[in-house]
Amino acid sequence: MYVAVKGGEQAIDNAHKLLAKKRRGDTTVAELGVEQIRQQLPLAVARVMTEGSLYDEELAALAIKQAAGDLVEAIFLLRAYRTTLPRFSASLPIDTSSMQLNRRLSATFKDVPGGQLLGPTFDYTHRLLDFTLLAEGEYPGPQGKPDATVEACPRVLGLLAKEGLIKEEADTGAPVADITREPLEYPASRAERLQALARGDEGFLLALGYSTQRGYGRNHPFAGEIRVGGVEVWIEPEELGFPIAIGAIEVTECEMVNQFVGSATELPQFTRGYGLAFGHAERKAMGMALVDRSLRAGEYAEEIISPAQQEEFVLAHCDNVEASGFVSHLKLPHYVDFQAEVELIRKLRKPSKEQAQ
Amino acid sequence: MNAATQPRPQSRPQRDEAYNFAYLDEQTKRMIRRGLLKAVAIPGYQVPFGGREMPLPYGWGTGGMQLTAAILGAEDVLKVIDQGADDTTNAVSIRRFFARTAGVATTERTPEATIIQTRHRIPETPLQADQIMVYQVPIPEPLRFIEPSETETRTMHALNDYGVMHVKLYEDIATFGHIATAYAYPVTVDERYVMDPSPIPKFDNPKLDMSPALMLFGAGREKRLYAVPPYTRVTSLDFEDHPFEVQKWEHNCAICGSQDSFLDELILDDQGTQSFVCSDTDYCAQRVNEGREGQ
Repeated sequence: MYVAVKGGEQAIDNAHKLLAKKRRGDTTVAELGVEQIRQQLPLAVARVMTEGSLYDEELAALAIKQAAGDLVEAIFLLRAYRTTLPRFSASLPIDTSSMQLNRRLSATFKDVPGGQLLGPTFDYTHRLLDFTLLAEGEYPGPQGKPDATVEACPRVLGLLAKEGLIKEEADTGAPVADITREPLEYPASRAERLQALARGDEGFLLALGYSTQRGYGRNHPFAGEIRVGGVEVWIEPEELGFPIAIGAIEVTECEMVNQFVGSATELPQFTRGYGLAFGHAERKAMGMALVDRSLRAGEYAEEIISPAQQEEFVLAHCDNVEASGFVSHLKLPHYVDFQAEVELIRKLRKPSKEQAQ
Repeated sequence: MNAATQPRPQSRPQRDEAYNFAYLDEQTKRMIRRGLLKAVAIPGYQVPFGGREMPLPYGWGTGGMQLTAAILGAEDVLKVIDQGADDTTNAVSIRRFFARTAGVATTERTPEATIIQTRHRIPETPLQADQIMVYQVPIPEPLRFIEPSETETRTMHALNDYGVMHVKLYEDIATFGHIATAYAYPVTVDERYVMDPSPIPKFDNPKLDMSPALMLFGAGREKRLYAVPPYTRVTSLDFEDHPFEVQKWEHNCAICGSQDSFLDELILDDQGTQSFVCSDTDYCAQRVNEGREGQ
């Protein structure tokens, strides 16, 4: 007789083999190397490292290969690996002011100390398919100036702060929770919110940030500064008592400047939203900064009416590993519950005794 | 597999030494066990815990798997069911996961198991005092679909403020003449907390009441766990004039002839010919072994 989705063991084994075959594609075409993905798809690697919360370009590239290019699946692979790793130490805060800049821009000032640096960007490219890429080629980059010197690049928002025009952000020194080790409870601290947003889905944060620009929790953003480049990571092991550098990572940082009309106790001033991502990930950092600011509505006594301002709504739904897991679980059999519903619907459709009379 | 096939007794498989016993590290398992002790001490209360990312997707049983990993010992015998069946793909996948990472013996026989991880069903065979049920829970909060905010629902639980739930059930009766909830039917545990028994059909709710087995519930994505200790009163919400009742079928199981188990409906042909079989495959197979059969 017919038996529904049962007899799984052989099917599961075969499904895995079919997946491996599909991933490999036509075997007359050379197999994609992990190092090729790492070198030639750096923006995909950056996204997987950011939302996977693990800075390891090789493992992120491996995850992208294993996931056949499905980045949300690659993020999941990296997260599941990360969770098994021991925690040696928390790093000292990274100092993005002393970043080795690849790119830096401010939309709020025409010129800033240190200058604007366009760097490698899709901005100002015409989005015309480049058919020369169908063939392999050489891309040597522009001519560099060997005598160029690096100027100090102080943070743009720091310049506003000197004049007292922007709300100061101070480190309270309070211990920072780790949302990957302790459950997130509401209301969350700003540190926990930023952690959740840093791991949050780029598309979700982009859309929510966009919604604030269209009036759902509007807060007048300006891109105060976006900087992309390398920063050193330092730790201070207890047994040493002094900090040591353990390596350098590439990050993208975005500080949004937003209006604040002031209150009975405070003069009008600018406020900020903050975004940080691993690698070169401007869209993510900007979306995160917009949503960070909109989630501070309560702090600035703004009316909380829009989705992007609601902490529980944003934080509970921004994680794409959680979201894709729960949506995809609808593919699991539900026939017991469905049977219960079918019986209920049949019962509800039977005419009641009064109607039958 | 045909439900009438003999379940294979499985010897203890080889453990994959690349991972810690039962996958999670010992610190994490201890953290979860502490949470479970609190959950047992406050029946029906949702304890937040530091849920970990598992190598299976959220929504596919990560909460149940973390609880199973935390309580599993080398001598345990594990049974995993989904929709009541041992051979549904996700049950197979989770059973294999623990066979590989913990090297524990697995079984399809309900009485042989010391731990039963389940999705959507409680076995028909009565449970015993030395057994632990682990439920996979998607949404642990019974009030969630009435009040979406976690801050609000935690306060409602704290204040024993369950009026909205009764209003919802009353509205069902006013609209349909019945309470229109067929599964994940809310219960009161030990006369205090209203609890979601996970998406089991309400048919299974009476099995929770005064059960000799320990019942543990794990929601991985929502990072909550809760418990019903053995011999605890669990009552399904109802009204005096609309008492709780479970589903009944006009059919018997086509394989074993059972008249009182939860039946899955099968559609056999394009004309929509129906057939009904037990959702609990082990229960059905045992009845067949005892010589019973359907029409």
